[in-house]
Amino acid sequence: MEGVIQLQRQLVEYRTSLYNEGFLDDQFIQLQQLQDESNPDFVVEVVSLFFEDSQRLLNELTKALHQQSSDFKRLDAHVHQLKGSSSSIGAQRVQKVCIAFRHYCDEQNTEGCLKCLQQLKSEYSLVKNKLETLFKLEQQVLAAGGSIPM
Amino acid sequence: MATTVEERVEVLDQSSSLGSQELHVLAVDDSHVDRKVIERLLKISSCKVTAVESGSRALQYLGLDGEKSSVGFDGLKVNLIMTDYSMPGMTGYELLKKIKGSSTLRQIPVVIMSSENILTRIDRCLEEGAEEFLVKPVKLSDVKRLKNNVIIRGEGEENGARQNRKRKLRDDPSSPSLSPPLLPSSPSSLAIDLTQTPPQSPLSFSLQCPSKRPKYCDIH
Repeated sequence: MEGVIQLQRQLVEYRTSLYNEGFLDDQFIQLQQLQDESNPDFVVEVVSLFFEDSQRLLNELTKALHQQSSDFKRLDAHVHQLKGSSSSIGAQRVQKVCIAFRHYCDEQNTEGCLKCLQQLKSEYSLVKNKLETLFKLEQQVLAAGGSIPM
Repeated sequence: MATTVEERVEVLDQSSSLGSQELHVLAVDDSHVDRKVIERLLKISSCKVTAVESGSRALQYLGLDGEKSSVGFDGLKVNLIMTDYSMPGMTGYELLKKIKGSSTLRQIPVVIMSSENILTRIDRCLEEGAEEFLVKPVKLSDVKRLKNNVIIRGEGEENGARQNRKRKLRDDPSSPSLSPPLLPSSPSSLAIDLTQTPPQSPLSFSLQCPSKRPKYCDIH
């Protein structure tokens, strides 16, 4: 019994830190509220789609920026998509870098874009790790027979 | 001509798509993530959902290539269309125009969703006949409000007296109105909507419809 409570506390603390550090925002809470017994894996499923989308878009961005002359419209279109999906799951820090990235696209500033791409990869990697850890902690709570606290 | 009770009830059920049946919403979005989220929002709100990834797929589903009315291939009448604005190929705006330009489909309410809160974009969509312009990410409260509005509208079309009032509030050129076409069902729900949507809506004067400008542009 004690084990479950400790695991739950660990989970809540970890989750809270993600909000405090700006990795996740209110939209993630909205998603969690859409999950229930009939759809117990909803959040994991949406986040998995986000991971797939992001990986693809980051690859596209890398390709596009390493060409002779950058097609800023195409770059912007990719960043716009990434901005959208990160916003939809509440990945706030990724979303913020996307906003900055779009400004550099507007200015046709290759160096600025390259910097943002680096930042984007870094932020994405961070939030991916954080979310995977969060899901692991949730699984531990469930495996110990507990329920996930809101 | 005597009809049995059963026959009368059956006729009522067929004509009323909203009374005893669920709302069927066609969601259009090129983002896989957003399609999944909107689908869940709608299902939680007890709506039937068909989610497609593009405007052309949406038109295909609606049978705009000469088929009958707003009956999808699986026979379900579409009561509401929610479409993303920025999509490759056909934008949500272009899709809106095609729907409103079709005699068989124009009566279906269309809602535009966009991550960008651009006033000229909002105006353009409303002018073209969009019911609402929602700023993403869409919330459960947005969907609940939409659902209520569509149901009220549907009931108005069945009830003759209320239908006249509805027409005045909508695009009736003979009686221009300053009030927005779709009103919330009750003042209390309006209050709730306002507190939930302000962060996304800079339109401080749109007190009646938080995410939408009143159709002042219709009045010349």
